[in-house]
Amino acid sequence: MKISVKLFAYFRDNRFKIKEYDIDEGTTVGNIVDDLNIDREEVGVLMINSRHTNFDVHPVEKDILAIFPVIGGG
Amino acid sequence: MADKIFRVNMADLTTSIEDIPADWAGHGGRGLTSTIVSAEVEPTCHPLGQNNKLVFAPGLLSGTAAANSGRLSIGAKSPLTGTIKESNSGGTAAQLFAKAGCKALIVEGLPKADNWYSLALTPDGVTITEEKELIGQGNFAVVQALENRIEGKHGLLSIGQAGEMRLASANISIKDPDGSLRSCGRGGLGAVMGAKKIKFITVDPKDGKVAIAKPDAFKDANRIFAKALVDHPVSQALGQYGTNVLTNIINESGGFPTQNFTKGQFEGHESISGETMHDTIKERGGKVKHGCHQGCVIQCSQIYNDADGKKLTAGFEYESIWAMGADCCVDNLDHIAEADRIMDDIGIDTIETSVAMGVAMEAGVLPFGDGAGICKLLTEDITKGTGIGRIIGNGAGSVGRAFGITRVPVVKNQAIPAYDPRAIKGIGITYATSTQGADHTMGYTIATNILNVGGKVDPLTKEGQVELSRNLQIATAAIDSTGMCLFIAFAALDDEKCLPALVDLLNARFDLSLTGDDVVSLGQHILKTERAFNTAAGFTSADDRLPEFFYNEPLPPHNVVFDFSGEEIDTFWDF
Ligand code: SF4
Repeated sequence: MKISVKLFAYFRDNRFKIKEYDIDEGTTVGNIVDDLNIDREEVGVLMINSRHTNFDVHPVEKDILAIFPVIGGG
Repeated sequence: MADKIFRVNMADLTTSIEDIPADWAGHGGRGLTSTIVSAEVEPTCHPLGQNNKLVFAPGLLSGTAAANSGRLSIGAKSPLTGTIKESNSGGTAAQLFAKAGCKALIVEGLPKADNWYSLALTPDGVTITEEKELIGQGNFAVVQALENRIEGKHGLLSIGQAGEMRLASANISIKDPDGSLRSCGRGGLGAVMGAKKIKFITVDPKDGKVAIAKPDAFKDANRIFAKALVDHPVSQALGQYGTNVLTNIINESGGFPTQNFTKGQFEGHESISGETMHDTIKERGGKVKHGCHQGCVIQCSQIYNDADGKKLTAGFEYESIWAMGADCCVDNLDHIAEADRIMDDIGIDTIETSVAMGVAMEAGVLPFGDGAGICKLLTEDITKGTGIGRIIGNGAGSVGRAFGITRVPVVKNQAIPAYDPRAIKGIGITYATSTQGADHTMGYTIATNILNVGGKVDPLTKEGQVELSRNLQIATAAIDSTGMCLFIAFAALDDEKCLPALVDLLNARFDLSLTGDDVVSLGQHILKTERAFNTAAGFTSADDRLPEFFYNEPLPPHNVVFDFSGEEIDTFWDF
């Protein structure tokens, strides 16, 4: 099934901004992060369709997964 | 050098130096400005009249080697909100005030003659001089002229044309180490300075130094404190992308107010984002990382050049970029940078003015997306003080009233910044209950609602938001008293060594034995002092509410409204 993955800040370096992914059923958000060679420790925020999510969630068809490092401002 | 209170009376043009009253001694920064304003300003006074006072106070740790301790607080009754106001900023002034032995500068009265003045502060006191040459000039011209006029390094605070015209969004600018400007932006304090006919204040500490009671303990604590700041990943991202790293994440969350608060996401977000800004700065030979004062180890500021590689603006912040960007639907970062530079020059709050532009766009004064039009209104109307220029320069509420618009995002007449309270509910509680009108920095729930710093509280549910906002507002009031930049809070929320090290710094500086609990009590005391002033000025809990449209216009993409009852909001004050 197809989902979109979006990366932000320095996670984009040598990777991409947005990419379509074909994933198997049962794939978790954590699997996708690992597959991207992103250290889970460096992940600050995960969202699916603009809602916060976590490593254990299974994305479904057409989901948009956004992966952010630890960031802040104000 | 023993710290003193410096006082200037503009009515008879006299100055004095006074000992610090015992009950002011433990205060600094916001705690001190709010204590002095509460003690000496009649709450019902006209903010631009003879009974308002403008108070400047460096933080408790300003002027020492403590990392990120160079914030200066300025307080008064606000001409924008009518409440008590404290606005703080970096730049070099706080450190120089402290080194000059000035714990607070209180400026009172209005001059009798129709003249403009400048103040020069040294350890020996303040001198008042009539000023002619720089009247009518913008802040950058003031900086430039004083470079030539005054020998040696000095701190500088000034107002631009907006402050001279006493516009309710006028700010007070503070020079940074490179001659760029930082601003005490919110609440129209520049108008209070303009009413007192003071164009600028210079600060020269001569060879003054801040005394440290226990230098060794201070050094040890500072080492731990600075390490906690440097090591925190948020600090690292702030150095790389600036605060504008938030554009993409707040947009993704659906809480990025767009087109005068009618949508929660902006199509053009990518072109105004921190990522794009970072690449543009690098390409054009600007400076990605820059500190607004010496001793900042985070360096969220930057220097943004134009396409020809010439400096366009500095200290280009997320809230300013959001306001001119998403709220006015401008997706051209160069237009936004140009507008930012003009607003720094005129001396007007970027948040208030840009939100006012968004309301003006809804009123049909100019089309949404018209970045060039914003720049033109700024230079041709606000700078020159035309009718429409003054309407916009008096803030978002003023535009709403002038044009009969109901969608006016203000609380206590101060514009709501870059986070929509319908989709990020904790910040709605902060906007509603803040003692100073809508202000995200008063209790930055975004950390926990969106960024997963200091825990997690779902931004879309009501649960836990009042408590979150309360705890953050109390902590912030205390941090604002130390002279620390608020961005230490990310490390403070996550790293258990950070806050104790900050308390140790205070103890070593003054030979005290404060604990973390004392810091909490200090924060509570400050909030209650500020609220008491507002109550005496005529504010009630009915003022602690968001504008009506937040309760009945659902915000896409989540299609949510702000749904706290008045009673629920009022539980904020149960402490
Ligand atoms: S982090 Fe930014 S706002 Fe804070 S002291 Fe440094 S440059 Fe100034």
